[in-house]
Amino acid sequence: MERVTEQAIFSSTTFREEREADWARLEELLGRAERGSVRRLSDDDLRELPILYRSALSALSVARSTSLDMALVAYLEGLCTRAYFFVYGVRTSFGQRVASFFSDDWPTSVRRIWRETLISFALMMAGTIAAYLLVSSDPNWFNSIIPGSLAGERGPEATTEALRATLYDDGGRNGLGVFATYLFTHNSQVSIFAFALGFAFGVPTALLMVYNGAILGAFTALFVERGLGFELGGWLLIHGSTELFAIILAGAAGLHIGTKIVFPGMDTRLAAARRAGRTAATAMIGVIVMLMFAGLLEGFGRQLITDDWTRYAIATGMFVTWCAYFYIPRITNGER
Amino acid sequence: MASVNPVMHIAGEQRTLITPEGVDLRLKLATAGQRAGAFLIDFFLLIAILVIFTIILVSAGIGTIGATGSDGVELISILWLLGFFLLRNFYFIAFEVGRRSATLGKRWLGLRVVARDGGRLTADAVIARNLMREIEIFLPLSFISGGDGVDGAIALIGLLWACLFLFFPLFNKDRLRAGDIIAGTWVVHAPRRKLEVNLGSGTQEDADQFRFTDEQLDAYGEYELQTLENVLRAGNSETQENVAATIRGKIGWEWREEEDSYAFLSAYYAALGKRLERRMLFGNRRKDKFDTLEDRTED
Repeated sequence: MERVTEQAIFSSTTFREEREADWARLEELLGRAERGSVRRLSDDDLRELPILYRSALSALSVARSTSLDMALVAYLEGLCTRAYFFVYGVRTSFGQRVASFFSDDWPTSVRRIWRETLISFALMMAGTIAAYLLVSSDPNWFNSIIPGSLAGERGPEATTEALRATLYDDGGRNGLGVFATYLFTHNSQVSIFAFALGFAFGVPTALLMVYNGAILGAFTALFVERGLGFELGGWLLIHGSTELFAIILAGAAGLHIGTKIVFPGMDTRLAAARRAGRTAATAMIGVIVMLMFAGLLEGFGRQLITDDWTRYAIATGMFVTWCAYFYIPRITNGER
Repeated sequence: MASVNPVMHIAGEQRTLITPEGVDLRLKLATAGQRAGAFLIDFFLLIAILVIFTIILVSAGIGTIGATGSDGVELISILWLLGFFLLRNFYFIAFEVGRRSATLGKRWLGLRVVARDGGRLTADAVIARNLMREIEIFLPLSFISGGDGVDGAIALIGLLWACLFLFFPLFNKDRLRAGDIIAGTWVVHAPRRKLEVNLGSGTQEDADQFRFTDEQLDAYGEYELQTLENVLRAGNSETQENVAATIRGKIGWEWREEEDSYAFLSAYYAALGKRLERRMLFGNRRKDKFDTLEDRTED
């Protein structure tokens, strides 16, 4: 009798007994959803889950204010946290996400960093011009700018004929596929690096851009001196219009983060860094896609197409395509 | 969406996250140790996967040399280069974009990545936080291994750089690493918990065997009750003996020889819990044993 009267008011034991089955059901649904895809859950399950989540959440509030069983509160906190992130988590499928990346997110993020893109381009040009002038005045500069592994047989010591040969025949390299893949992974790694270095207020990124330009300038000076400027242009730009563009964008993404940390504007520094980071990260995934194209053009296109004019035509085509894709404004469906 | 007020730090590692339903989930930040541990697990997994992947490809390559010549080798090389690239850059991203928002190492230790504003964790945030690993981990690693023949001064700068980023999470109260700052995320400790047995549901038999008077129950408050709960769940019989002896002394319990300490403690826990919870319903909370009840009405 005494027991009955006590339980008539409220007891955490009965409270718990009444709801335990619901919690177990919620846990089971979450477990299934987290292991696989949402498709493992039936429509009924998906309708039931938010209801169970809300009842667990209200049980948590009740338990916090009326129960002294800390293990119970901790359990409910864990369960509600998991359910919260499921119920309010991302719902779009992978396919939808990829589609919206190519149709909206990527061009938008590239447009958003247009200022940094110009700066990044200017830095690279500055490096190019400086190195060009240096190497033109004294060819010995070439070796101090360009690391030996990159130069290969192309150095100031090489004959003009040998230099010309490198533009049309990369030393009888076979395995173009491997070459293309290597270039792609290597360049991607370098540009991810340029992006990440932006965190140090953008300074290392800027230096990296100048240095990249310097390599370009040194090569140009060497070839121009031998009267091979036009031919070098075709060799370089067939993939360079895509690759250099991508590297400039990677640098721009890094600079975007760096400048937003230094000059957060109206936001707090942390909020500015976060916004910049998300824009820049989207641009970076795009950069990797571009580098994949560049790798294919460099690995296959450049070796198989040896006519200068065709090379220039492809280079221009690629450049115009990228610019049109990024910068031509388009009608977006209002929901953004 | 949910709102988080990052200024409101409750206690040390705890952060508020108010769900749209208005309940505070009280997230706990992962400690530096947990995060380092999770990373090490992932790192070794990465290396193990890479080794297995390489062994499979090499043995496949040896098989194809005889059959197709250099074409087979070329394909194997492409696969290896791409595989290595994807593994290095997308291992973390792929797992964290998933439903659990955690890599295998993080899952193991009950961690998960959460957007700091309590909103949903987007793919671009995950990408941003993980691309930063390039300068946080892989750059210092390449300095340490000295692969590019760098001289002492540069290696030293590299080491300083590595330390700067390695200890970055220790210099801010939210344990953010560079990637977290850029992505607007933090890592919380939200392990899966089992629902523990209810210690408060003492049987009628126990209640008959141990009858406590109100005075005996009033010796302690909520703090002591929860400490007692931990003692009971920890299951260390020696500690339980000691605690039981202390409580018996405090409440003047007549100790009988055959009395079991665990049974005594759980009965006391059940009785004390019931009493405190009932008082709570009437608006009387008793924080701990020093909390006096003089100016409150008795039920």
